[in-house]
Amino acid sequence: MEALIATAIGALTASGLYLMLRQRTFPLILGLTLISYAVNLFLFASGRLVTGLPAIIAKDAPGYTDPLPQALVLTAIVISFGMTAVIVLMSLGAWLSGGHDRTDMDEAE
Amino acid sequence: MHHWIIAPVVLPAILAPLIVLGMRGNLTLQRLAGLSGTIALAVISGGLLVAATHTPAESYHVGNWPAPFGIVLMLDRLSALMLTLTAALALVVQAYAIATGWDAKGRHFHALFLFQLMGLNGAFLTADAFNLFVFFEVLLIASYGLMIHAAGKDRLRAGIQYIAFNLIASTLFLFALGTVYAVTGTLNMADLALKVAALPEGDAALIRVAAILMLSVFAIKGALVPLQFWLPGTYANAPGPVAALFAIMTKVGAYAIIRTTTLIFPPDAAPIGTLITDLMLPAALVTLVVGAIGTLGATTLPRLAAFAAIASMGTLFTALATFTPQATTAALYYLIHSTLAAAAIFLISDLVTARRGSAALTAQAPIAQQGPLAAAFFATAIALAGMPPLSGFLGKLLILDATRDNAPLIWTTLLVTSFLMILGLARAGSTLFWKSHATEGTPPHHAPQPMAFAATATLLLALAALTAMAGPVTDWLATTAQQLHDPAAYIAANRMGEDP
Repeated sequence: MEALIATAIGALTASGLYLMLRQRTFPLILGLTLISYAVNLFLFASGRLVTGLPAIIAKDAPGYTDPLPQALVLTAIVISFGMTAVIVLMSLGAWLSGGHDRTDMDEAE
Repeated sequence: MHHWIIAPVVLPAILAPLIVLGMRGNLTLQRLAGLSGTIALAVISGGLLVAATHTPAESYHVGNWPAPFGIVLMLDRLSALMLTLTAALALVVQAYAIATGWDAKGRHFHALFLFQLMGLNGAFLTADAFNLFVFFEVLLIASYGLMIHAAGKDRLRAGIQYIAFNLIASTLFLFALGTVYAVTGTLNMADLALKVAALPEGDAALIRVAAILMLSVFAIKGALVPLQFWLPGTYANAPGPVAALFAIMTKVGAYAIIRTTTLIFPPDAAPIGTLITDLMLPAALVTLVVGAIGTLGATTLPRLAAFAAIASMGTLFTALATFTPQATTAALYYLIHSTLAAAAIFLISDLVTARRGSAALTAQAPIAQQGPLAAAFFATAIALAGMPPLSGFLGKLLILDATRDNAPLIWTTLLVTSFLMILGLARAGSTLFWKSHATEGTPPHHAPQPMAFAATATLLLALAALTAMAGPVTDWLATTAQQLHDPAAYIAANRMGEDP
């Protein structure tokens, strides 16, 4: 399972980075989203990976999974969702006012 | 006194939504509420500064959860200093925005402004690494809104770059926090200090990775080369008063680096060693050079101001990389100075650009209120370049004095870049104000805006006060630096494991 999660995080990060370097707003946003998925998985794994163990205290539990990373991931998801919404709107604004979707500042500035 | 610690976060958090919800269509009401909020913040911060001066570091356990499980806010001298500096700067900038009508050029200026202050205050107060991330996001999302205030094609595109850069930084921050949590099992900064110092040999490599990741996030905020690319475009395209407020944003990065390097990753912690300072010194010196050359080569006034801001961050980080109490004292003095001076140059740049009609650094006919503007520009230029008699000179002198051990390298870089900055600023000043006399004609009419000039003059007066009061201020800062370099009291004030 560790290998699977690590590969998934690596693949998501690599794809995200590639997309971000495309210098167009749509791939940029997709790339940022992929990287935020990668970091969510990473945070989740930072509490160590275990299967079939509860996070909530119970009398007959054989052990526990770490609940804190789950709370961290939840916070990170909410924040990255909000941030993605902001950048989508900004990109739309820039596209409508500028007439193209490049992210570099070529002419004038 | 106890509950006042959280007031700088709660007050704007309540007031800003009220402004959005209740005062949507009424700009006068928004201005009134926004200004009174900032004044209240300044009063509270001043009170906290006095309290932090006379009492040791104090903790506030949010929701009465015991540390290290709950979120802890900590008020010590450094936090109180940053809070006061933020509130003072915010008051000036807000007055300027109202006086020039910038706040009327788009919606929700005052609400976003207060949210920005909430994020800044929270970042300065929190003693929890994940909470620091959350407050970073709060201040960033407000800054996105402020940065594109009044919109415009270039501003929107510069805004996308700014957001994308900071989203990547946020993701890196999360990776760093995940690694830190995986290695130490805690995110409370005081607890981290204890856990990192007692880390088993096998985990040293992982915590070093986490430390460098975290430091690079703060370096992005602080515009340390090679992570400074977002700054010139953002600051040059942001509305003038917003760029002036952003002068404190780079200092958030500096603050976070001071906090983490003194508390969590000090050079005497075995797994870290001098790794951070070894990397930071060359980066800081290159930042200084990039900033100085940028000042010399800038083609527009806002870009000149942005590169001057980068150079000042380079100077600041040079002092921080030296990592002695004396150097930290010098860095803190320079931090106060460079925040005020950078804000002043952005406000002046906005005043001049509004009167000239273009930001380009080319000779043009005289402008309205040329005399006072030229005087203010030259005073600020003296402060920025570090010439006597203003506080920039004293700040650089303190830094030179604190870096005697590495004098050939640091002194040469600091002095040569200061010279380059004098050249760059003198070139800009003479193009803007002296060459205009070659052209005849009456300057085009522009409203005198006495309030905007008063706001800018306040910043310059603050610089003069910082110079005149340098003795008591550095004494106070020396005690602060002593407190930072001996974090035992800070850790004890967390009252870990006790019922709050």
